[in-house]
Parts: sequence; C-alpha cells; structure tokens
Amino acid sequence: MRERYLEGARMIAPIAVAAGAFSLSFGVLARAAGMGWLAPLVMSATTFAGSAQFAVVSVLGSAGSAGAAIAAAVMLNARYAPIGISIASAFHGSAGKRLVQSQVIVDESWAMTLRRKGGFDVHVFLGAGLVLYLAWNVGTVIGLLLGDVVGDPNRLGLDAAFPALFLALLIPQLRGRRAVSAALLGGGIALVLVPFSPPGIPIIAGATGALVGWGTR
Amino acid sequence: MSPVWLSVVGVGAATIALKAVGPVLIGQRQLPSWLAGPVALLAPAVLAAFVVTAAVGGHRAIVADARLVGVGAGAIAVALRAPILVVVIVAAAAAALARLVI
Repeated sequence: MRERYLEGARMIAPIAVAAGAFSLSFGVLARAAGMGWLAPLVMSATTFAGSAQFAVVSVLGSAGSAGAAIAAAVMLNARYAPIGISIASAFHGSAGKRLVQSQVIVDESWAMTLRRKGGFDVHVFLGAGLVLYLAWNVGTVIGLLLGDVVGDPNRLGLDAAFPALFLALLIPQLRGRRAVSAALLGGGIALVLVPFSPPGIPIIAGATGALVGWGTR
Repeated sequence: MSPVWLSVVGVGAATIALKAVGPVLIGQRQLPSWLAGPVALLAPAVLAAFVVTAAVGGHRAIVADARLVGVGAGAIAVALRAPILVVVIVAAAAAALARLVI
C-alpha cells in the first residue's frame, strides 16, 4: 500500500510544481483583491480547486457580491460531481473516510491516476492528491508572503502548460470509437459554449458528450 | 459575516459536497451497467473540454493568443511520445517565447 502512495506522489511531483506556482499566483492576487491573509489560506485548505478560487478573487476584487462569487465558483466546481462519480467505486471504508479522501479530487490527481497502466487505484490517487494538496497550500502561503514581488506567472507560459497537460492525458484515453466521439463532442460542446456562458458551464456541458458518445456504434 | 468570509465558507462547503457526492453516496458499490458505460466515457469528454477551455477560453470569448502556440508545441511533443513533464515544459517555453516575440 505504501508503495502505491509513493507511486502516486512520484507520478504527480512535476505537476505539483506547476500547481504550486499557480496557487502562488492565487495568494498574490487574493492579497491584492483585499481578501486579507487568513481567508485565502482557509480557502486553499478547504476549497482546493484552482479555477474556482481565482473566480472568487476576481469577483470580490471587482466589488462583486458574495452571492456572485459563490455562484461562479459552484458553476466551475460542478464538474467534480461527475468526476467523483466516475471513480466512486474505487473508494472503500466508512462514509466519513470516503468523505475525507474525496477532498483530494482535483483535475490533475484524477486524470493522472486514470492514465496509470494498472488502472485507477485509490492509494495512488491519494498519494498524488496529498502531494498536490501540500503544494497548493504551500504555494498560497508563499504567494501571500511575497505579495506582488513575483509578477505574472503567465509570462513563463504557465497558462499554456495546463491545456498541454490535459491534451497529453486525453490522448491515451482515445481508445475505441465511443471514446473518440465522447472527446470530440466534449471538446466541441465546450468550444461552442465558451463565448455564451459563464466559465465552468462549458466543461459541465462537455461532460454530456460521454452520454452521447456511449450511443455511438 | 463579511463578503470575503461568506464567500470562503460558501464556496468551501459547496466544493466539499460536490467532491464527496460520488465517493460517499456510491462508495464501493459497482455502478449499474446502464450508468457504467457513459461514466467510463466521462474522462475523454471532460478532458477534451478542459483542453478547449484552457487553450482558447477567455471572458465569454474565444481568445487565440500565445497559449495556442504553447499547446501546438505540446501537441508535437505528445505526438513524439515525449514524457508528460517534457510536454508541459515544451508548451510553457513555447508560449513564453511567443509572448516575447508578439
């Protein structure tokens, strides 16, 4: 069991560095948006989901209401319901244990564990998730401490690293006609909706590509 | 409660619930077969949606910028069967270079 935790930790280490840089910029921006230091720390520890945390910063930073911030974040994080369902049968133990373990579900821990040769394994997933969680919270602390010394991480191309990562994780998933249709539909639906809907909705709508893809012969 | 703390508590509670819904309610039970098929296809569908929104998503707009150069370079690295880390570094470096040039 211990080896599988370590396998997950090793597998995710390079991605955790990028995630840490991403959360560092969350700390910087949250501070600049007037969220103080304790609220961003609590948010990284409890929410642990990049895009939603950035959405909250951007809504509050532009003097939006808490209601608007919560709505934006819920739309962005709605994807975790289908993602959690897709790996639900791998979780074991009491409901409380499964509740705690489910909290390290993020895009990267899910997708990296899926591509594992031996199939999805909950211990590998937890090892990867815990390393990401640690990197995410340490990054937030550093960002809060540094303030605006670091500048814009997108200068280093961080914003291109994530779509490339997801592309690299998508390709091995494209086995069989149904998987290819699901991917084409998911990507196509998302692309069509991007100009017309708030962020997060295109991903959730794209997930329905799985249903239609299943009907492909 | 201030708007900041209201947001932190509201978003935190909602996210914890969204992440937990599958593992807690379904747990170690096997999914019924009519559901298992489509659920197995969630990965390609959602990953493709991630690629699209992260590559060209803007504020309610499709934005073509240096990210596309990065993703293109990353795609070439994927085609050459480079390891994940190399793909990510190539994509970031290409986007950063494109930003210097553009």
